[in-house]
Amino acid sequence: MYDGKVDYLQILDKNGNVDAGLDPGLPDETLDRMYRLMVLARLWDHKCLMLQRTGRMFTYAPLEGQEAIAVGSVLAASPNDWLFPTYREWSIYHMRGGPLHQVNMTWMGMEEGLRIDKALRVFPYVVPIASHLPHAVGAAHALRLKGEKCACIAYCGDGATSEGDFHEAMNFAGVWDAPCVFVISNNQWAISVPRKNQTHSETLAQKALAYGFSGIQVDGNDVLAVYKAVKEAADAARAGKGPGAVECITYRMGPHTTADDPKRYRSEDELMYWRERDPIKRFRIYLEKKGVWNRDYGDKVNGEAAKTIDDAVTKAEAFKQDPKEIFRYVYATMTKDLEKQMKECFGEDGA
Amino acid sequence: MKLNMVEALNLCLKQEMERDSSIVVMGEDVGVDGGVFRVTDGLYAKFGKDHVIDTPLAENGIIGTAIGMAAMGLRPVAEIQFQGFDYEGYHQVVQHMSRLRNRTRGVLNLPMVLRLPYSGGIKALELHSESLESIYIHLPGLKVVCPSSPYDAKGLLAEALDGQDPVVYFEPKRLYRAFKEDVPEERYKVEIGKANVLKQGKDVTLISWGAMTYVCKEAVADAESQGASVEHIDLRTLSPCDWDTIAGSVDKTGRAVVVHEAVKTLGFGAEVAARIMERSFLNLKAPVRRVTGWDITIPYPRLEDYFFPDKRRITKAIMETVSF
Repeated sequence: MYDGKVDYLQILDKNGNVDAGLDPGLPDETLDRMYRLMVLARLWDHKCLMLQRTGRMFTYAPLEGQEAIAVGSVLAASPNDWLFPTYREWSIYHMRGGPLHQVNMTWMGMEEGLRIDKALRVFPYVVPIASHLPHAVGAAHALRLKGEKCACIAYCGDGATSEGDFHEAMNFAGVWDAPCVFVISNNQWAISVPRKNQTHSETLAQKALAYGFSGIQVDGNDVLAVYKAVKEAADAARAGKGPGAVECITYRMGPHTTADDPKRYRSEDELMYWRERDPIKRFRIYLEKKGVWNRDYGDKVNGEAAKTIDDAVTKAEAFKQDPKEIFRYVYATMTKDLEKQMKECFGEDGA
Repeated sequence: MKLNMVEALNLCLKQEMERDSSIVVMGEDVGVDGGVFRVTDGLYAKFGKDHVIDTPLAENGIIGTAIGMAAMGLRPVAEIQFQGFDYEGYHQVVQHMSRLRNRTRGVLNLPMVLRLPYSGGIKALELHSESLESIYIHLPGLKVVCPSSPYDAKGLLAEALDGQDPVVYFEPKRLYRAFKEDVPEERYKVEIGKANVLKQGKDVTLISWGAMTYVCKEAVADAESQGASVEHIDLRTLSPCDWDTIAGSVDKTGRAVVVHEAVKTLGFGAEVAARIMERSFLNLKAPVRRVTGWDITIPYPRLEDYFFPDKRRITKAIMETVSF
């Protein structure tokens, strides 16, 4: 059997011990930001689950356990880079400076949440699996052609690596030498199907080798490892050295969505194994050892996050949609036929 | 200048690319080879590999990457070699090309053109003769055009490359080199959404588009020699369709025949007939008649002529409708 070995990177182990030789030595303000964003993501996630359970939010895809991937990669990216998240990383829009209530709004059933600010360079998430990956590759070509020095960082899960779109995107990226980074969140489960039933490949990162570029596996619950690997890949892409892939080994702590019951297909022991490898817990210990984290600081971060979240929920729930929007954006200029249908829909046709 | 449809499309692409450096032509064999039908001939040498891209052989990848380019401000013109190959890429059309604008409340437009050589009658292999325009017309957010002449081909493409909406461009390949006509060398545009009344008449309205328009013209001459006065409308745009022109004509003639190459069931003729019922019911003197491909898989070349509407079938439908 072909030995498609790829490197594996871990900087912080599950107990928060750092490999001093690999520590990127980030300044305290960056570490502070990482911690705040991860805490915010988790508390926001818990809030969304509560909102869904009480009928204030529609189907929601929880992100608990995968916070380090979004946070590490966003902080590793240059502000010029375009990010192409999946639904499970949509909070990236907020991490990039977008208002949190907009992130809530998509899950509350409003397209308004995807009225993105293009300056933030986050592509609106989509529901179909892997189908946004070719967009990132095309975007990378377009931006390069316009003379921009930036990378397109595209996210997907382990299940997505079985889709044709994944392979076509990787192949096009390789052939075009596109400045693209594929961040694969291998969270072990695609709803009920385990990673081993998606592919017989030993790693997901090694798939990049088949398309002529490099891939690396990292501990996806180690925010420093994600940061370092994505930064190196994005820097290389921006420098014209072609695409890269980063497989982040992680675990989906919660259900696939609020419509899913993971007890049907996985064990409590497995969950406990991963709870011990929690990305926030180990980072907190690391920060404590560095003198950045103490109980007061932790309480302050939690409190500020809770307020941000509550404000976002209030604002999202207060948003008044104009129902006519459902007709407005189908075409750049509304067709005559749609104008008639809109009038009929809203009882303005004199009938 | 006298040009056939391939030459008209080629000239248009060349002129538009000279005018607008954001236009990118992409697809299988569109570069060095100039496209299997030579529509993109000479563009690679003139505009280079970054603007005229020989892509890997993957229809979905072509459309998917074109969407990414369009979202970033380029104007990709993606060629799928034959419309029958586009099922590989149709999911990108459904999930993104037709919806990204709406999904983002108008923030991200996709000013792209998807070129689909369609139609049969060229003795080609299986899945090289398809005419499934309905599956694109069925998607809100797309514009769908289908020229029947070199003049319209050039003008519609120029218009498509000047708009903000994604356009699916059906090219009737049996007309690619069927005839030449006078085409202005200078730039002009044919309005998307506006049908063309090819010929005025008073007894019956004949509605067609693309490859069938050519066959219909022969049938019109035949029917007129038998005493029928036929008004012939070439739709040119299938979405958004010019329902006003159709209704105006049918209100006058009281009769309609719609012709298409696609299969009958749920072909666009069904929609045309239904719209005529909605708008012109009390003016109708006969049922709306459809002349279409049969509800069968398109035969291989030896028997394919049984499938397509021909002059005999169209003339018969016109005469039966007039004398109903």
